[in-house]
Amino acid sequence: MPGIIGKKIGMTSIYSAEGKAMPCTIIEAGPCVVTQVKTQEKDGYEAIQLGFGDKREKNTPAALQGHFKKAKTTPKRKLVEFGGMNDLNLGDVVNVELFEEGQYVDVVGISKGKGFQGVVKRHGFGGVGQATHGQHNRLRAPGSIGAASYPARVFKGMRMAGQMGNARVKQGNLQVLKVLTDKNLILVKGSVPGAKGGFVTIEA
Amino acid sequence: MDSIIKDVQDTLVEGVKLPEFGAGSTITVHYKIKEGNKERVQLFQGVVIQRKGSGSTETFTIRKISGNVGVERIFPVKSPFIEKIEVNKVGAVRRARIYYFRDRRGKAARIREKRRAVAGK
Repeated sequence: MPGIIGKKIGMTSIYSAEGKAMPCTIIEAGPCVVTQVKTQEKDGYEAIQLGFGDKREKNTPAALQGHFKKAKTTPKRKLVEFGGMNDLNLGDVVNVELFEEGQYVDVVGISKGKGFQGVVKRHGFGGVGQATHGQHNRLRAPGSIGAASYPARVFKGMRMAGQMGNARVKQGNLQVLKVLTDKNLILVKGSVPGAKGGFVTIEA
Repeated sequence: MDSIIKDVQDTLVEGVKLPEFGAGSTITVHYKIKEGNKERVQLFQGVVIQRKGSGSTETFTIRKISGNVGVERIFPVKSPFIEKIEVNKVGAVRRARIYYFRDRRGKAARIREKRRAVAGK
């Protein structure tokens, strides 16, 4: 899928032509450089690799420095592969003009980490629902996780406590409200996974 | 990053220039209402309870008593539907959000008017 790498800036709201207030997320996207072109003959599939965000040469391993040198560009912080953009060549620049206003896109990011959470927060369980009548320390407990000697095991996929967040999340079908080409900004309607300043990829 | 957000708000959200008002002020909001294809202006007069938020997401709440029932409306400050705002009275209140005003009725629900600022100060 064609796409671009960006950085989440934050949220605000703008007004539509009808005067409706619309929540939107500002993403600073591109300019991205094509750092590698993958081909059927050489790699077994077709894709291009885009790089975004500068980093210092001294913080770049020598192998990667060579990789960037091949594309005649400076070291990049984030590299992502995209399909469906095979008309591009090594060293080409992709910017927000890839998208147009009104179009629907998917945005992928790393969600905010919530740490080890119980079932009430992680899966929306109701908890016990009573503080009295013999409840001592069970208020947010999951309750039963299965039957008895048959099946004599806990089913796979049983929702339990554990790590919440800090995972790759794709938010689909977000409308592009504005594309500000001169500032490399794109505004999508609604929220986007991840913290402010985090990397996101926008896919058409 | 906040400067980018502010920049976007400045370029994309206009809004009309409004007079200064805060909690305790009595104001009249002239706002446009669309009915089908027709547009008309309606008035809402009341006391400002609070201003909340900043930039293009700032809102204010105004309260009036309509036929013995309290009515509150929240307007976005930058709403394109606001035609203009008249400041009728500037009240002397001691806090930014006068929630206590909701519990007052009749004579108790009066707000002392602020003395106009002396010129030069």
